[in-house]
Amino acid sequence: MSVLGSLSACWRIARKSLRQHALSTAVTVASAALASGLVMSVFALTTASRDAFAGGETGYDAVLGAKGSELQLVMNTVFHLDTSPGNIPWSLYEEAKRDRRVESALPYAVGDNYKGFRIVGTTGELFTDFQPREGERLELMPGGRPFDPAYREAVVGSIVAERTGLRVGDTFLATHGVTDAAGPEHPGAYTVVGVLEPTRTPGDRVIWIPIEGVFRMEGHVLSGTGERYTAQAGVEIPDEHKEISAVLIRTRGSGAGRMLEFDIDQGDQATLAWPISESILQVFEKLGWVVMVLEGVAVLVVLVAAASILASLYNTMNERRREFAVLRALGARRRTVFGVIVMESTTIAGLGALLGYAVYFGTFHLASTIVREKTGVVFEDFAAHPALYWTPIGMLVVGAIAGLLPALVAYRTEVATTLAGGGYG
Amino acid sequence: MTLLQIRDLQKSYRSPDGAVQVVVDVPAFDLDARAQVALEGRSGSGKTTFLNLIAGLLKPERGSIRVDGTELVGASEARRDRFRAEHIGYVFQAFHLLPGHTALENVELGMLFGPGPDRAFAQHLLERLGLGDRLGYRPPQLSLGQQQRVALARALANRPRLVLADEPTGSLDARRASEALGLIRELCAEQDAALLLVSHDDAVLGAFEDRLDLADLNRAAAGVTA
Repeated sequence: MSVLGSLSACWRIARKSLRQHALSTAVTVASAALASGLVMSVFALTTASRDAFAGGETGYDAVLGAKGSELQLVMNTVFHLDTSPGNIPWSLYEEAKRDRRVESALPYAVGDNYKGFRIVGTTGELFTDFQPREGERLELMPGGRPFDPAYREAVVGSIVAERTGLRVGDTFLATHGVTDAAGPEHPGAYTVVGVLEPTRTPGDRVIWIPIEGVFRMEGHVLSGTGERYTAQAGVEIPDEHKEISAVLIRTRGSGAGRMLEFDIDQGDQATLAWPISESILQVFEKLGWVVMVLEGVAVLVVLVAAASILASLYNTMNERRREFAVLRALGARRRTVFGVIVMESTTIAGLGALLGYAVYFGTFHLASTIVREKTGVVFEDFAAHPALYWTPIGMLVVGAIAGLLPALVAYRTEVATTLAGGGYG
Repeated sequence: MTLLQIRDLQKSYRSPDGAVQVVVDVPAFDLDARAQVALEGRSGSGKTTFLNLIAGLLKPERGSIRVDGTELVGASEARRDRFRAEHIGYVFQAFHLLPGHTALENVELGMLFGPGPDRAFAQHLLERLGLGDRLGYRPPQLSLGQQQRVALARALANRPRLVLADEPTGSLDARRASEALGLIRELCAEQDAALLLVSHDDAVLGAFEDRLDLADLNRAAAGVTA
């Protein structure tokens, strides 16, 4: 019999047996699918989150903020998470704007929220200069317009509009604090004048208002000079009293960024987080052991799945001894019955690996939805990752190995003594 | 023309207490092509071992088994397996059908290791044996007589030159045994296959013109009584 004929014979018998033991097959396929899907999810999600957080485009490459943790600064201004490390005087923004190494600078002042979504004060340059991606500008949905700095007007991100139901023409009151949606409300309603098209960045979770509005919000105290100053209606606020949370900066290339970082970090007034991705990567490096543990657990789950394949096949060996003896009496070689079992275990693993894609897609979708909800960061949809093809290949290999022991039992079946037992087969 | 030629064949087993017990010791045995011979085999006469040796399922300590000119004793196990698949059909007393497979699939199983599946011929055999309306039935859904016929069809599926039958009617009542025996002989004749049947049933043995006592043939079984 040719190799092809032998494989064909093995497959016919293996397929029949898998059908005969449908429940056991289904359970082991499910465990293999979970294992395979879990491995693909862990590896792919780790990469996707690293790429999204550290490599995602934000529109700027540096953040200038109060002296302190660069990471906190980045988390606060780029991802709109964490608390502000403190304020910096308005003059630093002015200096940054004038600096020849800076292509564009945008002030960022935060302190309030609406239903948990941050209210960020900035200038109209958000709509004219800011580029969420190279060559792109923020786009407003039809019927909207940028806020007028002279009024209590707001432009909301797409996720904010989706979650709060705010539409153009709606009004809302700001709540004090960046996260506490149940905090005291500031009097003076803001009117929504625009809703931004989705940018797939954390900015989709922000309510943008004129920076003047933050300075003049009732209850806000400015201390840009070191002395407390409260804005008065109708009175222009002197620049020296103004303070902001940070300045978002787009530098003129990496050389400019490096020099700027060196100059600013030399002083004792502010910190420049540049490049932003480096700060995020530090987090991933610090959490590297967590990722390793997760990967280790995923690999263990694969081993458990392999063990379940082995156990499910091995447990049927006693009842199947006679089947193998009959096949051998009909002319099947030892290697054929060996091949039948390895084919069965590999088929289970292969089906598991295929279904594992469904587990992976489900897990990835769920995880990316949660991350988008919580941070606004969007993972690249099912980006190609080596784990997506190595895992199924690995599952097939592990499945084949899991079948070796039961296959050996089949291989060693003695025809004459086994058939002497009688019965159907 | 001699199809099966056996010379100086000996097979022994080691009993649990370590003693070596010779089970088959046949100095000479010949079977012509298309011949139909019944061997009277009492319990303990080594009849199943004898057939298993001819089928190449067991390897003797010494001797020669030549089937259709091919020496089996010195051949590798894989070679014997292939030879058995292509040239020898085996009907067991217990039928040994696979319960999860239909009648048709059981017959096709026999073909997998020989010339390859031939559904039309498998179906033809079953129809010839009166099981045309039972092709999709599994063994537990068939009567003993029907199971026996499926086992016969499986043994003949590869158009073997030699059919070995070990108490093929042992599980059937007298009427069904007689019918089954008739079918076995008929089909072997149709297929030009020689038949070597072992039984201890006088009714079965009486149906054969060529009849030998295994105790006469097998020196190891001399003196064994029923």
